[in-house]
Amino acid sequence: MNRESSPLVQIKDLNKSYRRGSQIIPVLENIVLDINEGDFLALMGPSGSGKSTLLNLIAGLDQVDGGTIKIGGVEITSLSESELAEWRAGNVGFIFQFYNLIPVLTALENVELPLLLTGLTRKERQEHAALALELVSLHDRMDHYPRQLSGGQQQRVAIARAVVTDPTILVADEPTGDLDRTSAEEVLQLMDRLSGDLGKTIIMVTHDPRAAQKARTMRYLDKGVLADAPEISFTERF
Amino acid sequence: MLLKLVLRNAFRHKLRSLLTISGLCVAILAFALLRTVISAWYAGVEASSANRLITRNSISLVFPLPLSYRDKIRQIDGVKTVSYGNWFGGYYIDRKNFFANFAVDPESYLSLYPEYLLPNDQEQAFYRDRKSCVVGRKLAKRFGWKIGDTITLIGTIFPGKWDFVLRGIYRGRDDTIDENQFFFHWDYINETLKKTAPRRADQVGFYIVGITSPELAAKTAEAIDGTFKNSRAETLTETEKAFQMSFVSMSEAIITAIRLVSFVVIVIILVVVANTMVMSVRERAGEYAVFKTLGFGSFYLAGLIFGESLLIAGLGGAAGIVLTFPAAKAFAAAVGNWFPVFKVEALTLYLAVAAALVVGIAAAVIPIWRVVTVRVVEGLGRIE
Repeated sequence: MNRESSPLVQIKDLNKSYRRGSQIIPVLENIVLDINEGDFLALMGPSGSGKSTLLNLIAGLDQVDGGTIKIGGVEITSLSESELAEWRAGNVGFIFQFYNLIPVLTALENVELPLLLTGLTRKERQEHAALALELVSLHDRMDHYPRQLSGGQQQRVAIARAVVTDPTILVADEPTGDLDRTSAEEVLQLMDRLSGDLGKTIIMVTHDPRAAQKARTMRYLDKGVLADAPEISFTERF
Repeated sequence: MLLKLVLRNAFRHKLRSLLTISGLCVAILAFALLRTVISAWYAGVEASSANRLITRNSISLVFPLPLSYRDKIRQIDGVKTVSYGNWFGGYYIDRKNFFANFAVDPESYLSLYPEYLLPNDQEQAFYRDRKSCVVGRKLAKRFGWKIGDTITLIGTIFPGKWDFVLRGIYRGRDDTIDENQFFFHWDYINETLKKTAPRRADQVGFYIVGITSPELAAKTAEAIDGTFKNSRAETLTETEKAFQMSFVSMSEAIITAIRLVSFVVIVIILVVVANTMVMSVRERAGEYAVFKTLGFGSFYLAGLIFGESLLIAGLGGAAGIVLTFPAAKAFAAAVGNWFPVFKVEALTLYLAVAAALVVGIAAAVIPIWRVVTVRVVEGLGRIE
């Protein structure tokens, strides 16, 4: 795909609002955003600015009220719920703030989980999962359950789960929000490597200026409107 | 791996799962036992032969019929064999030792009841000795009676002490046959009555009529009753099944209540299991949202929840069914006097399996509906 002429993610005139009883609360207004393949984008903004909602819409977890989102040539805003589920399985890797690993599955099984929706055999699935765990340097912890791992290790397992299907985009919602400084740094370095070395397209929502620093591009959302980040230091800004 | 997940989810809260499984086990056990009680009630009806009619006094079974009717019944078209007997109503040593005891005409009676299997030598010995008796295998075992023993029954309808010599122990052709009965010669009491109460002699409580073909039952019964119409003792003839049913009908309200309770037990446990499933699924709402996020559709999620519910219901149901057999045995030992045939029927087991399945499926419906209909972002709690 030609990066210059055709961005991987194309968002046009996106609108989203929520209903609270009879009240309609606009969350996102006329969002226009292009993200190139291989980019590492940080979405920042104060709480309630709509950044997680935008991330959910890009990831196909929610429906838009108006506008379009096209990812890798597929207009996901026109897909049905079941088509979206199928599309997510093959195209999106998710990294959550609280890792969201399945507690009764081992690290290897958690990573293997998204591969159940592929046509791979059990052996192939386990090989892929083991490879993904090796990528996040947790190959020696594959038989550990989430409760037996530290927060940073759990997040690395979640990253392995996100990349194991080789998705088109990786979406991360506050990936360092629940981690100590050292673990957060490890996770950010890993994401930086995924973007830099493996060319993964990453869209990350964060409040953490240090996390945003790792990104190549940064956009700022305020009251549902997208803006370029002002050219001030991170510590001043947040 | 999904099966592994079902298994691990089912026992994530071990105590809760074990309590639910135990509850189901008890419910299925209670269901099967109650159904077996109902079956036991109908055992006599089920064991009835379509080739036998029962003729009794049309006013009530309490009133006798003259012995002279025997020869007249024999002459009616469709009649093959005629036997007769009396409910003796005696007890052994103590009134609490209740069992069915009949004075019968031995040869004709046993020829009409081929389901009572008696060794030939014992049968012949029974025919030869007017003071002899034959008892069922379970009854003999209950009181420790052996061939040659003298057994004294205390009469209630026919007062006095009556001594019998045990000449035969029969067993049933299959396990639906009552092996708790006591038979002796009608002649024995009749001869005694001739001396002590002549007005009661030569009277029988009922006739058992063997017919040539079941299709002739209605016609033959009509002919028998027609023969004795406008006599001093009019008759009522019906199939053996209808005769047995008339006893069961007296307890119809109790049977209906038991049947109702057996289903109520299942409904109660359904609510308990459904509650367990709702709690489990609510606790894991975030996990199911993660599954949806990863692209797992409703079919997978329904499979996971159904699997877990069915596993719990299956384990509880299986334990209940397995325990039904020893429980039924213990129950039969305790109340064997009242339920001579207490057997867990195949239909009862099928119903118990069906009940466990219905509980497993129905208990999963609401949790599945909730998981399937909730939006992913709601499940993740991620709306900003």
